[in-house]
Amino acid sequence: MTERDTSSLPSPSWGGAGGGARSERPRAERKGDAVRPAAPTAPSPTLPHEGGGSGHADTAYNFAYLDEQTKRMIRRAILKGIAIPGYQVPFASREMPMPYGWGTGGVQVTAAILGPDDTLKVIDQGSDDTTNAVAIRGFFARTAGVTTTTSTQDATVIQTRHRIPERTLTENQVLVFQVPIPEPLRFLEPRETETRKMHALEEYGIMHVKLYEDIARHGHIATTYAYPVLVDGRYVMDPSPIPKFDNPKMNRSDALMLFGAGREQRIYAIPPHTDVKSLDFEDHPFEVQRFEEPCALCGSTGVYLDEIVTDDKGGRMFVCSDSDLCEEQRAGQPVDA
Amino acid sequence: MNTHAMKSATLSGGFAEPVFDAQGVFRAVMDAMARPGKVVELSGKTAPPAPLTPEAGAIALTLFDHETPVWLGQKLAVSPAVADWLRFHTGCPIVTEPDEAAFALASDAAQMPVLTAFAKGSADYPDRSTTLIVAIDTFDGPEMLTLKGPGIRDTTHLSPHPLPIGFIDQAAANHALFPRGVDMLFVTAGKLAALPRSTRITTQGA
Repeated sequence: MTERDTSSLPSPSWGGAGGGARSERPRAERKGDAVRPAAPTAPSPTLPHEGGGSGHADTAYNFAYLDEQTKRMIRRAILKGIAIPGYQVPFASREMPMPYGWGTGGVQVTAAILGPDDTLKVIDQGSDDTTNAVAIRGFFARTAGVTTTTSTQDATVIQTRHRIPERTLTENQVLVFQVPIPEPLRFLEPRETETRKMHALEEYGIMHVKLYEDIARHGHIATTYAYPVLVDGRYVMDPSPIPKFDNPKMNRSDALMLFGAGREQRIYAIPPHTDVKSLDFEDHPFEVQRFEEPCALCGSTGVYLDEIVTDDKGGRMFVCSDSDLCEEQRAGQPVDA
Repeated sequence: MNTHAMKSATLSGGFAEPVFDAQGVFRAVMDAMARPGKVVELSGKTAPPAPLTPEAGAIALTLFDHETPVWLGQKLAVSPAVADWLRFHTGCPIVTEPDEAAFALASDAAQMPVLTAFAKGSADYPDRSTTLIVAIDTFDGPEMLTLKGPGIRDTTHLSPHPLPIGFIDQAAANHALFPRGVDMLFVTAGKLAALPRSTRITTQGA
């Protein structure tokens, strides 16, 4: 069956109400015919004035926008996060020239690691051509002059909102996640002092109770995104609102994964080759979404699909969420997803 | 050395390109930390007063500032030029108690205090710990460490030399504290490798 169960909304404890970014919305912003433009080799500039992968940074800013002291502070937090996989390191998040909820945490992490030789890809729900992705790509093209790309395999740094690319990432790539609510226990226990203690004591009972209540109510674990994981057998971590379809890609990945939460002022990390286990029960093992139909555009199977509403008479189609993979497939390139 | 020479030694020897040099050094450190035991190329890019090495100096200029108290090992602490250079280029406070330090710089592994003397962080905030930057002679030492843990595909090996006395037991005790504990960066000429607290270190299979 097509298990894209939009009727079973995520429970409020997973931010259905509070975190707008967490609700698994259909991609209403996409064009009705769902046909994306051909992959632009250089993304079009979106910020005023100039920018857009010209190769020349706007010299009114420091390289990659942030000042050097801020970068040092963020870099120190990143190193601690890597040394303590899954632990949320507090950091002095700065105001960025974009609103909270638009990826200020991810942008700060990207700005702190980015160098002139990097090639940057930015995706929003798998797509290179949505507002958030285009704006952030333009931001770094302007402030750092880095090369940008939509191709997963050409990128050295990939900033993402809510997806992990289908193509297996390599050890030469860093994946930077935008995180709205980094604390996996937050909707079960609102007090930071308490959740901090729970992490310190490795006391994760309430998380299992939450998943059990899902089973008692729905017959299965109804959490479909931001599905909690256990990192290296120690810290329960929020993988950011990626669909649980993507959770297995984090386990023993070749690529370093960094997570930035700007409003909540936390940075955390999963080093490469680290055990990342989605929480489950022996008699209710973790399962990912499955899709019965292939992508309506490229025919890919075994990939995450978005539902696109095509008219007001109930017409719909399911297409790849990963726009780069979809374009490559349609261009006839072999892809080992 | 006259006053003028000392002063110029203090003022010079920083990064030629502070923004890009710091970024390059950081990526090397991040790569090393994310892949414990991997020997990463690290271009010194600084000229600090001896016995501080260019590689240790480069990491200092990349990560230290007024927010990071720094502890100096015995050999470095006896040279006022090292402290002056660090203070001028990074603004870091120099502390004498190892457990007050965000970073520790040591150039004489055999004379280092035990790892537990440094800040280990708390159970609530394990990140409030010391990162040790230890200059060593070589990564081809006589004792081969076997490493397992996050960042390592199966197992890997590293042979840093010289090491603190009783290092294996100290490292095991450090890992047993996880998530508390200290993280270590070892530097030699042109190279860097990391042993974060998450790494399980044994000598089996050596």
